[in-house]
Amino acid sequence: MLTVDSVVKTFGRRTAVDRASFELATGEVLGFLGPNGAGKTTVMRMIAGRLEPDGGQVRVGTHDMVQDRRAGQRRVGYLPEGAPAYRTMTPREFVGFCLSARGHSGAELRNARELALERARLGAEAGQQIGTLSKGFKRRAALAAAIAHDPPLLVLDEPTDGLDPNQKHEVRALIRDMAADKAIIVSTHILEEVPAVCSRVIVIDKGRILVDENPDEFASRARSGRLDDAFRSLTRTIDGASA
Amino acid sequence: MLSPAGFLAIYRREMRAWFTTPLAYVFLAAFAFAAPAFAFNVGRFFDTNRADLAPLFAYMPWLLMILMPALAMRAWAEERDRGTLEILLSLPVSVSSIALAKFAAAWTVALAALLATIPMWIAVNYLGSPDNLAIAISYLGVFLLAGSYLAIGQALSAASGSQVTAFVLSVLASLFLTMAGLPLVTDSLSGTAPAFVVEALAYSSVLERFAAFERGVVGLGDLVYFLSLMVFGVTAGGLQAGASREGGR
Repeated sequence: MLTVDSVVKTFGRRTAVDRASFELATGEVLGFLGPNGAGKTTVMRMIAGRLEPDGGQVRVGTHDMVQDRRAGQRRVGYLPEGAPAYRTMTPREFVGFCLSARGHSGAELRNARELALERARLGAEAGQQIGTLSKGFKRRAALAAAIAHDPPLLVLDEPTDGLDPNQKHEVRALIRDMAADKAIIVSTHILEEVPAVCSRVIVIDKGRILVDENPDEFASRARSGRLDDAFRSLTRTIDGASA
Repeated sequence: MLSPAGFLAIYRREMRAWFTTPLAYVFLAAFAFAAPAFAFNVGRFFDTNRADLAPLFAYMPWLLMILMPALAMRAWAEERDRGTLEILLSLPVSVSSIALAKFAAAWTVALAALLATIPMWIAVNYLGSPDNLAIAISYLGVFLLAGSYLAIGQALSAASGSQVTAFVLSVLASLFLTMAGLPLVTDSLSGTAPAFVVEALAYSSVLERFAAFERGVVGLGDLVYFLSLMVFGVTAGGLQAGASREGGR
């Protein structure tokens, strides 16, 4: 479903992503981990067609995200970092806007919109202006817009950031529900999410992929068998080595 | 390449954004107040003893020079400020469709503002027998002029870091375009700049082109001039916004 092949991205003199490569198949949920500034968001933006790589290639299905960007973008649902959305719209209007821009209309649009609002558990807040909603509901509105067109590839940049424990639980359950017939990438700083939803882990630091394995293998890197210890030892070792 | 569904969706969203907040109403009220105020107080509408709208149209370039940048400044700068550019550029919609939809929506608001001056047209018909065709052509000129200022303003909104910067730059650009042909500018340049530069400046002046419409004449060259400004502005805005795919936020 997704091929990231030797992708490079630089901003000025800083290399944000350095020859990153991985593939993702339908049914996989990939946990994308790394310290702040590691390059996670940049990789996700390139997969969503929001940024173009300076080198290498991103393919969604058979579509190159530079040469055939729009066809690829039809197959991607993207929740950007910070879950931006239009403040004066209601979640219902916002999801409807994203669907209509993707070419949906009429009863099909209404059905897809209502299903997405229900899956993201917007409830009565679906009819309130996004600017007046809490952070958690804003995030759910953006999540509903990302899943509404039922894309085969979902790219979720910190989907549970700012949610309370119950809301986190609901979003994780939603990701698990959708996992069977989609390929999903989830970036997170919350390591407890990894065993809860992910079938695979990639750790990225300074733009380079350090680890690509399943959560059990990753946890076993630490003597304690804990993910946060494995993460800390790996990223601290690299920071120390490069310092 | 245009994406019709994307164009329509973004046009509707822009129109909603204008009319679900006080923005459009404040703008329309400001225009509906300022345009007749210029015509009555500065243009001496009643003292001319003529049944036409010349006093209204004479000050339009100066009024639009301020108000159109206010209408254009949020186009791209606000999307960038609020992070929603991320949403727009991840939709399967071409940047040209986004730029065109944003321009079309702002131009529609400008048209609504122009329609607010229609009572003056009705009034001159009540007071006398004006040349309605000439007035209609003048309105067309104002509409094209508004579109030109808007397109340039939106291009500068795409290039600017903030809405305030976009507004200031747009007013300056519009001021330059408007004043380029005035004797004040051409006379001061005639001693230092080559003659062809002075002529080119005078030729590119908005006032010069708009004057033809004010006389009730539509020239192909004048139409092409205004349409070129609009195509240039919309294209430049789209290219600038699209360039963010290659790097930066």
